[in-house]
Amino acid sequence: MNFNLTFLGQIIAFAIFVWFCAKFVWPPLIGAIEERQKKIAEGLDSADQAAKDLELAQHEAAKKLQEAKHEAAAILDQANRRAAQLVEQGKTDAKEEGERIVSSARAEVDKEVNMAREELRRRVSELTIAGAEKILQTEIDEKKHSELLDKLTAEL
Amino acid sequence: MAAGQYENAGEYIAHHLVNLTYGRLPAGADLCYGGVNETTQWTLAGCASEAASMGFMAFHVDSLMWALGLGLLVMWLFRSAAKKAHAGVPGKFQCAIEMVVEFVADTTKEVFHGKTGAIAPIALTIFVWVFMMNLMKLVPVDLIPFPLELMGVNYQKIAATTDPNVTLGMAAFVLMLVIGFSIKVKGVGFIKELCLTPFHTWYLAPVNLVLEIVGLLSKPISLGLRLFGNMFAGEVIFLLIAALFGAGFIFLPLAAGLQVAWAIFHILVIVLQAFIFMVLTIVYLSMAHEEH
Repeated sequence: MNFNLTFLGQIIAFAIFVWFCAKFVWPPLIGAIEERQKKIAEGLDSADQAAKDLELAQHEAAKKLQEAKHEAAAILDQANRRAAQLVEQGKTDAKEEGERIVSSARAEVDKEVNMAREELRRRVSELTIAGAEKILQTEIDEKKHSELLDKLTAEL
Repeated sequence: MAAGQYENAGEYIAHHLVNLTYGRLPAGADLCYGGVNETTQWTLAGCASEAASMGFMAFHVDSLMWALGLGLLVMWLFRSAAKKAHAGVPGKFQCAIEMVVEFVADTTKEVFHGKTGAIAPIALTIFVWVFMMNLMKLVPVDLIPFPLELMGVNYQKIAATTDPNVTLGMAAFVLMLVIGFSIKVKGVGFIKELCLTPFHTWYLAPVNLVLEIVGLLSKPISLGLRLFGNMFAGEVIFLLIAALFGAGFIFLPLAAGLQVAWAIFHILVIVLQAFIFMVLTIVYLSMAHEEH
């Protein structure tokens, strides 16, 4: 417990250790720690950013999906309407066509009837002339009596 | 334990409180086993009285050896971690070292406002070194001295901080650092500060100077004596308990219980004292950086 040179020895040893620590121990260790802290902070930041991006993307995707659904529904609706329209138009067309066929057939029939009637008239007039010839035993001058004949034909 | 060799517990304790001393024994000093030293010579002190005769020109071989050895050990440990330090995922060893470094860095930042450049490594050195020297107190008191005594080494104190030379030596270096930083930061202002506080007039400069120098010196002295006092007192208690082991079988359970209790308590004390020494050093150094 005497006070002696140990005191000076300790001062020198302390000084050397402090110098050594400040020069070779502290800087690399604190440097590594601080660099790691920076790295971790950056990592956390980018993780936050990624989470935010993910949320945004999910929102976007949901919106897109919704839009697509709407669009699909619209297209379907339109198609249905178009189909109904086509069916309706088809019905109308068919009806018109039918009516047209029927009316043309009717016209044909009328024509045939008229023609038959003409024929009949012509025959009747011929018969009439022939009857009249026989009755009169004379030739009837066609030219002379054509007026009369025409009148007769019209009357029939 | 080994109290049987000694005449009484007092002698046992006194013996364990003597350092292994190598120094200049002056001519005319009394030798341990009678007679007088004829020529001045450098020698190992054979007993406390010879060591006392050596006065200032002596070394405590054990204190210096343990202090240097433990200092080199921790410096080697930290240096080996520092060499491999990287910012990636640290290994267990690097983690352990970095925990200490970060603890010291945080403490320094809390106390010292400003750039902690040179302060933090000083604090780290103090903390780990004082801690290691204190830690030697948890080694049973006779574990190392007793085998050495059988080999002919009379004295061995392994806890270097129970030697006031060691603690005051560290405190003296802290004082040098305080003065150094004061001059570096304030320049001539430091001298002015010494002369003009607490009485702000040049007429009272001598009074101020005396007061300020007393204040300046009292800080490191109290720093060194606090550590020494705590460690020395703890050591004496350990020695008392050790002496109790030798007092008879009846005392064995009591001594064992006391030993365990005191050792557990000292786990706290050695860390705390190392921490206090570190924090006070930072405080003194930060005071050196600040204007009054």
